[in-house]
Parts: sequence; structure tokens; C-alpha cells
Amino acid sequence: MIARRRIAALVRKEFQHIRRDRLTSGMVGGLPLVMTILFGFAINQDVRHLPAGYADLANTQRSRALVADARATQVIDIVERAANAAELERLLVAGDISVGILVPRDFERRIQDGDRPPAQLLANGSDPVVLGAMRGLERLPVRGAMRGLGPVPGLGARLSGKPRQTFETRVYFNPERRTAFFIVPALMGVILTLTLVLFTSVAIVREREQGNLELLITTPIQTPELMLGKLIPYMLIGFLQITLILGLGVLLFDLPMHGSLADLYLCAGVYIFTVLALGLLFSTVARTQFQAFQMAFMSFLPQILLSGFMFPFDGMPGWARAIGEVIPLTHFLRTARGVVLRGAGLPDLWKDLWPLALFGCAALLIATLRFQKRLD
Amino acid sequence: MVSERPAILARGLTRRFGSLTAVDGIDLDVAPSRVYGFLGPNGSGKTTTIRMLCGLLRPSAGTATVLGHELPRDAEKLRPRIGYMTQRFSLYEDLSVRSNLEFLAEVQQIASATRDERIAAQLAGFGLFECSAQIAGTLSGGQKQRLALAAATLHDPELLFLDEPTSAVDPRSRRDFWEFLFQLADAGTTILVSTHFMDEAERCHHLAILDRGVMAAVGTPRDLMAGVGAAVLEVETRDPRRAHAALERLSSVRSVAQLGTRLHVLLEPGGDAPERRVERALDAAGVEGRARPVPATLEDVFVAATRESEEVSP
Repeated sequence: MIARRRIAALVRKEFQHIRRDRLTSGMVGGLPLVMTILFGFAINQDVRHLPAGYADLANTQRSRALVADARATQVIDIVERAANAAELERLLVAGDISVGILVPRDFERRIQDGDRPPAQLLANGSDPVVLGAMRGLERLPVRGAMRGLGPVPGLGARLSGKPRQTFETRVYFNPERRTAFFIVPALMGVILTLTLVLFTSVAIVREREQGNLELLITTPIQTPELMLGKLIPYMLIGFLQITLILGLGVLLFDLPMHGSLADLYLCAGVYIFTVLALGLLFSTVARTQFQAFQMAFMSFLPQILLSGFMFPFDGMPGWARAIGEVIPLTHFLRTARGVVLRGAGLPDLWKDLWPLALFGCAALLIATLRFQKRLD
Repeated sequence: MVSERPAILARGLTRRFGSLTAVDGIDLDVAPSRVYGFLGPNGSGKTTTIRMLCGLLRPSAGTATVLGHELPRDAEKLRPRIGYMTQRFSLYEDLSVRSNLEFLAEVQQIASATRDERIAAQLAGFGLFECSAQIAGTLSGGQKQRLALAAATLHDPELLFLDEPTSAVDPRSRRDFWEFLFQLADAGTTILVSTHFMDEAERCHHLAILDRGVMAAVGTPRDLMAGVGAAVLEVETRDPRRAHAALERLSSVRSVAQLGTRLHVLLEPGGDAPERRVERALDAAGVEGRARPVPATLEDVFVAATRESEEVSP
């Protein structure tokens, strides 16, 4: 017999549990509120403000106008000026820019001839978002009219039939434009995050919940020993996972490896450490394993949505990118894609490695200080 | 004995949790190489006191010096010298018996040369040799208790804290367990053990009765029973229920407990002979019964001590 009274008692009891657990009751209203507002405003598929550089070898009035027009689209932000094509390429490899505008010396003649695009776009092909944005830029008209110049003679007539490309895009790092190349290095970061944070976030709170901690803290074991002992096994597991993903990437998706393997493992090591330290921090804050899981899951959403894994980082407004900059995954994605696809070396990786290391050390330090060998 | 430094010296030890005072101004003098008992019901502050003496909880007030280390300041220096058997089984249930001991041997930094020998000796000594490969979570209550004690004594601590070590154990295992405790004490280990079993408390060299965070009585079990501070009578009657009711009304009666057809009665001292007062009360109620004095048990001491403190603290 189904008794309504018993069901009602269960329902009432469940609400009592929820009310007792402040984290859960906070999630009920807070999570949808914060997440909807945050991600609703932050996520934008239209890419703007891609960091760009240019090398204007023609340096005519029209070429300057073209660069200004490209900037006026707001798709790109001019952050660098290069003296020649080689320097522009170097900026691209270093990751300082995603897009390079190259106006060749014979720009004006190409306009006159009209048989090939007068200028070039150098695009970072390790980021599909950039490639999408380039499609819009390619047909940016060359306007002589901007500063009182008349329409380009000859070009107008030729243009009347079919639209003409102003830019020819040269795709760097991923000339075949394969999505897997872009996704697999990123997956390393996402998979490491999903698995490793969970491992360490329950590491200490499980001992607390199962009663082992009272014995453990009565022994001469030191807090840093405990923290390192909890980190090291999962560091090894993290390296195993990286190797597995990389191996699959090469075997199944022909993933290129442009940089050095040692650099990749160094970046992965720093990232693994950071993620594990974050988990340990959760573990010292949570009172129960369930709470630790909740914290870990709540940290996944911003990491996946704001890191540039799922949505273009360059499409987010400034404040959201600022949040993204403190998310470890953001930095790891840049280093992993940098090493694997662009062949970036340590000097280029450093700007993303130090924030990662800083984050990890800070998390570990706070976790160590928070953990007391006491029960009060 | 008098000249020896006490293993535990505490003065005015107090611990509050919010508005609740779990331990309230306890003084302790625990002599070395002795079995010192904490007797008290649940919630009397036994566990909290032990945790303070292990350095796991900071006292809200008062001082504690354990093996010469001032707590909580020198808790880390104390840790290698003590063993602690928690009330709840606190070894790893998903590790084997041997792995648990190996882990603790490493944590306690037992010399590698003698480590395996020491573990083997503990396994044999606690009758765990046959199940050394068994997963700790699958052990019986008695086996778990022996494993916990083997773990707590693995590093040969000078001072051993045992928090209700026998609650989940049958009487036979309890007796063996106590035999072992006395062996340890003979070898020089000081033992502080909490219990709510009267027969166990009676075995201790020294005993403190705790009641709602207050030390209600302290002394050797024999002294405590001799100086119970109440008359102890046994009443033989045909109608124990009515006799019980009649005696409860008597203001000088502290407690009445029924044992089959007999009543065990605790009476305030003073005035007429106690058996006379009881028989008068029974007569007045029209119940037939005869009272005779009997020696006090530890339970009487416990009841007398805890009732007194009830009057003191409102």
C-alpha cells in the first residue's frame, strides 16, 4: 500500500536535510541566478577584438586606410606593428597576435591588376574562432574614399560583377583547418580538470568523514607531508592521462606535435599540480565528501565556459575575460595549443605558465594553512 | 612512587563548544605505569577530555602537561610518545590488516630494520596473524578492536589513550583485552582508558567519575567504594513494585534499583540507622519487607557521586 503520509514524511525530511545543508540550499537559488547572469552576458559567439598586428610594406594612403578599416570593424584590435612579414610571423608563433595583416609592397599594383587579392591575412589556425572571423574580414572593401580619395579606378568596374576578395588568408599551424587539432590539446586540460579535481577534493574530507583523520593527526605526520602525500599519486595519474590523450590524438587524429614533448609535459605538470592543489583546497573547506563534490562541480562550469574551451575567449567582454584569466584551464589551453600546434617554446609559454604556477602554489599554501592537526 | 613525575597533570581543564560546556574545570594527576579510568555516561566529557590530552582540541581554559609537554603548545613533541585508540574504528577499512600496520609503522618512523619483525610480533600478540591479509573492513568487532590496539601500541608509546575500547566487543574478548592492558602497564606504559562499564572501571588502579563535564569523584575503586558517602541496603520484599514506590517518596533515599525480587537502595547517611528508616517507611505504606546493609558497589559510588553533582549544578 502506498501511504500518502509516508511519502509526505519523506518529502518533509528531505526539505529538512536541504535546509540544514547551507551549501545545498545556497545552490538552489544562487547557482541559477549567478550562472545565468554571468554566462548569459559573458558568452558571445561573435568574435571581437582579436589581437592583431600588421606590417604595411606599401605604406600608401590606401593601405593605411585599409588597416584603419579593418580595425574599425572591431573584429581585430591592432596591438603590434611589424616591420616585415618575418616579424609578423614571429609574433603569430609567439602567440602575441592571432591575426596578422600583411600589406605587400606591390599593394597598389595588385589593386590595379585585380587578378589576385591585394593583401594577406595571416591567421592562427590553431583557433577555429579566428578562422571564422577571417571569413568576414576577407571581403572588407578597399575604400579609397575614406579620406577624400576617389573610388579606385578600374577596380570598381571589375567589382561590379562579383564581389572580390581584399585579403587572401594564409592559415598557420593548422592549414587543413582540422577541428580535432584544436580540440585534442584542449581536451587534455578539460579531462585533467574533471578527473583530478575530484580526486583531491575528497582526499582529506574522506578521511575526516570516515574517521581516519582523528588517528592520522594524532601521529607525528606533518601537514606538508600530508599534502604532498595526497598530491604525488595523482600527479602520476595526471601524467598517465596526458600520455594517453596525446597518444590517441596522434594515432587517431594525426595530431601534429610542432613543439617539444618536454615542454608539453612541463606545462602539463604545472597544470596538474595546480588542479590538484585546487582540489586539496576544496577538501580543507568541505565538511563532507558530498560538499566537496558540489564545490568541484561548481568550479567546472566557469572553467569550461569561460576558459575558451567551449566558447571563444576573444568573444567575451573585458570583465569576463578578466575572470577567464584567473581560471587555470584558460592558461593551460593556451600553453597546450601553443606547444602542440604552434611549436611555441618556453619563452612564449612563460606568460601562461607563471600564472598557473602562482595559482597552484597559492591554493596549496592556503590548503596547508587551513588544515589544522586539531579537531576544533 | 611519590617522587615520580605524573604522566598527566591537568588543572582546571575546561572545554566549551558554543554555549555548551563539555568539560568543566577538571583536575587530573595520572601516575606513570598505571591504568587510569574515566567512568561516565555518554556526554559526560570523556572523549573531549581525552582529545584535549592528545592535543587534538585546545582547552578553553586550564592547563595540561602530558609527559612533561605543555599542551596545546607542544602537541607535536608529544605525538610520537603517545598512542590513541579512538572510539570509532579509525584505521583504513579498505586496506588489509598488514597494510594498515605497515602504513602506521612508516608514519611513526619505526626503524626499517626492525619494522617487519615488530609488525609480525604485533600480529601474533593480538591474534591477528591468520587474518593479516584480510581487508580491515571485513573484520569482526573483536578483531577490529585488537587491530586498533595493535596499531596504537605499534610504536611502543609511553602513554596510551583508549576511548571506550571495549564497547563493541563480547565479554570474553574484554577480559583478554584487560589482561593485555595490565601487561602493558607492568612494562611501564601509562594507560588512560574511558569506559561506561562498571566491571571495567573496577579493574583500574585509579578512577575518575565524570558527570556532565565535572569530575564527580576520584580515587582508587576500593577507596571510592569504602567512602561512598551513602548507606547501601538491600530490601527483600514480596511486592517490589509497591515497595519501590514507597521508598521513592522518602526524601533521604537517593536511588532505588530493582534486582529481581530485591531492591537495591541508596540512602543519605545520618539520623536513625538506615535499615530502621527503610523498614518504617515500608510499614507506613503497608508493604512487608526486610532491609539489610550490603557493601557498596562501584555503581553505588557512581550513582551517589552523580546525584550529588546534580544538586550542585542546577
